[in-house]
Amino acid sequence: MPVPIASTLGILSDNLRKRRSALPLSRRARTGWARGLALPHGGETVIYTGQMWQMVPSINAMAHQLGKYENSSSGSLFRFARSMNKLVNLTPFLARVSAKDRAFYDERLRNIARLLQNAGVPFGYLYEDDLYTGALAYDEGLDPAFVRHAQYVYSVLKARGVRRLITVDPHTTNMLRTVYPKVVKGFDLEVRSYLEVLDARHPKAQKKLDVQATYHDSCLYARAEGVVEPPRRLLAGAGLRMVEPELSGKLTFCCGGPLETLFPGKSADIARQRIEQLRSVDHRVITACPLCFANLSRAAPKDTEIRDISDYLSEAYAATPA
Amino acid sequence: MKVDTRLLDRVSSGPEFDAKLCLNCGTCTALCPLGLEILPRKIFHHVLLGDKERLLAEENAIFSCLLCRMCEVNCPGGVHIAENVRALRVYLNEEIHGLAEV
Ligand code: SF4
Ligand code: SF4
Repeated sequence: MPVPIASTLGILSDNLRKRRSALPLSRRARTGWARGLALPHGGETVIYTGQMWQMVPSINAMAHQLGKYENSSSGSLFRFARSMNKLVNLTPFLARVSAKDRAFYDERLRNIARLLQNAGVPFGYLYEDDLYTGALAYDEGLDPAFVRHAQYVYSVLKARGVRRLITVDPHTTNMLRTVYPKVVKGFDLEVRSYLEVLDARHPKAQKKLDVQATYHDSCLYARAEGVVEPPRRLLAGAGLRMVEPELSGKLTFCCGGPLETLFPGKSADIARQRIEQLRSVDHRVITACPLCFANLSRAAPKDTEIRDISDYLSEAYAATPA
Repeated sequence: MKVDTRLLDRVSSGPEFDAKLCLNCGTCTALCPLGLEILPRKIFHHVLLGDKERLLAEENAIFSCLLCRMCEVNCPGGVHIAENVRALRVYLNEEIHGLAEV
């Protein structure tokens, strides 16, 4: 039996309506990553996190909890959780995040910001107004709550005078670039992933990395957003020798991440299959999505080294500060 | 089988539902990481036939889809499979999960 679908989706929908997030996080958890980077407040071009990287430590902690319930009949517990969650935000209780996990994911965002700074890209950050896009609610078919949320997010971006968004993960990129224009009337913002922004500048590596690795394409980047070549060009420019798994680019194989909320067991099965495919070409795996990273990392044997693409890129392209 | 004549209309009122473009070739099921029989022999067929009971019984399969689109990029009929799955989720959320309110 999966976790109870109706109650779990109910919590998600309530959180989005009441707290404007799938997993409502503290201000520090949302914006703490930017401390010390001196990012200007707002502007016409902003880095847009959509809180995805910040949410993953909570998702990790929550997945651990939910995993315990996948095969039990815990329907009444979930129904109770949903009614409680309407009154108090349960996220901090359900998902106890270690400071180490939080710092680790924050560091990936700092990598990305430093890469953009080093490449001479002018950008600001919206801090409190950098809102979650509602990606999970959209995927789960919670359209009434999602559409209202998307319209709200857009109104905030317009009020802040934003014109261009630089996204840092595939889910936020897909939401803002492909889904929002379908549900938000008049949507006119330019949306590009930081990988596309960096690639377009043809950066020169300051340090060449002598490493062989394989790249796991995220389904959304590869199949929905056409982001296939930019990461490969950037990695090759950084000196990496890339080896391709059989299923790559547009034919990539999912990491299983999307099933984590409702079917954690199946999610882990898919992740193990993907890890095997990747390991058959190299034990060094590079991801470009916080959810792929988390899901594959959980499934990987110890001798597999999974790192986010921003780690390699900052070593090569942002070796010395801007 | 009891036929719900409004089923297709209800499902089509949300996200795009274009299952009728399906050629019944089976490529999607063969490529799906989960082996989901999303199209055409099962789930989408139930909608086209107005078989609400069978459709509701597929709740777990409908919410298992990864929306990864491995099927979609290889579909010779050009069916927007991921959007179709979302259309079913929207319908089930309204019909049996009590999540319709705006
Ligand atoms: S691949 Fe497309 S045409 Fe073939 S069975 Fe699946 S949905 Fe139908
Ligand atoms: S989108 Fe759904 S049905 Fe299609 S291949 Fe992926 S999991 Fe299977």
